Amino acid sequence: MSTILQIIGGFLILVGSIFLFLGALGIYRMPDVYNRLQAGTKATTLGAMSLILGVGFLSPSWMMKALILIIFIAFSNPLSSHALARAMHIRGRFPKIYSNNAEEYDAYRKVEMSEKKEEVKS
Amino acid sequence: MIYFILIAVLLVLIIAAAIYAVRQKDLLYATLATGIISLILSVLYFLLQAPDVALTEAAIGVALTTIIFVITVRNTVRMEDESDKKEKIKSAVK
Amino acid sequence: MIYVFYIALFFMALGMIFSLIRFVKGPTAGDRTVALDTLTTIGVAAMVLLAYMFHRFIYVDVALVYAVLGFIGVIVIARYLEGAL
Repeated sequence: MSTILQIIGGFLILVGSIFLFLGALGIYRMPDVYNRLQAGTKATTLGAMSLILGVGFLSPSWMMKALILIIFIAFSNPLSSHALARAMHIRGRFPKIYSNNAEEYDAYRKVEMSEKKEEVKS
Repeated sequence: MIYFILIAVLLVLIIAAAIYAVRQKDLLYATLATGIISLILSVLYFLLQAPDVALTEAAIGVALTTIIFVITVRNTVRMEDESDKKEKIKSAVK
Repeated sequence: MIYVFYIALFFMALGMIFSLIRFVKGPTAGDRTVALDTLTTIGVAAMVLLAYMFHRFIYVDVALVYAVLGFIGVIVIARYLEGAL
């Protein structure tokens, strides 16, 4: 019984740490504020929840506090993500889109150039 | 041995964030860098088996300092050399 | 079993390095705040794992306090960027 719990816990910890790393790599690689928010908040939430659940499986007397921490992360992390996305939308950021259509691409270029002027401000 | 490597990595990150905070002209970014410094420092205290110091550092450094500095930046200037705004604030204070 | 912990700590340290690079490079304020949020979550996870590695139950409380206060800091910065603080 204890061996099964240890195998499950180790697997969950490994999956959680890999998801945390992938979220940070997404923050580094993505081209845009909204994409970075997507990668850096959702993948990181899954990674942290999985890792804490794995620790709870490894020693079952910690399970109650691990569940409290998991519930708090599941509430707080999407809330901060939503607040950040709302702030960026109110400040007038546009997502960067690459298109093959010439007119659309020109419109996006115009938005991008106007953003570069504003970059000094924010 | 693994703890020594981890402590070395965290110290390098702290030094990078501190240099960034000193050299930055934008005070909001410097405030965020200060938050990152105390955030990594809290993990470092935790790694050195001092959880009470880590608790205090997390309470004061991450939350209180960041919030107070953000409110200060809101009430004064954001960039370091906005001279006309500084004049306005001087005249408002007097 | 201990090698699983080492691999997990290695990945988390690499994630911290990447999000700090994004913090230094990021062009706008939103990128830097996202990097701060990610660093907070990685720190909470690392604290729970280190608490299990040290076999101390009371160390998990530090991670709980840390999660609450980092969340409040990110919310305050987002409200400032929105212009509503």
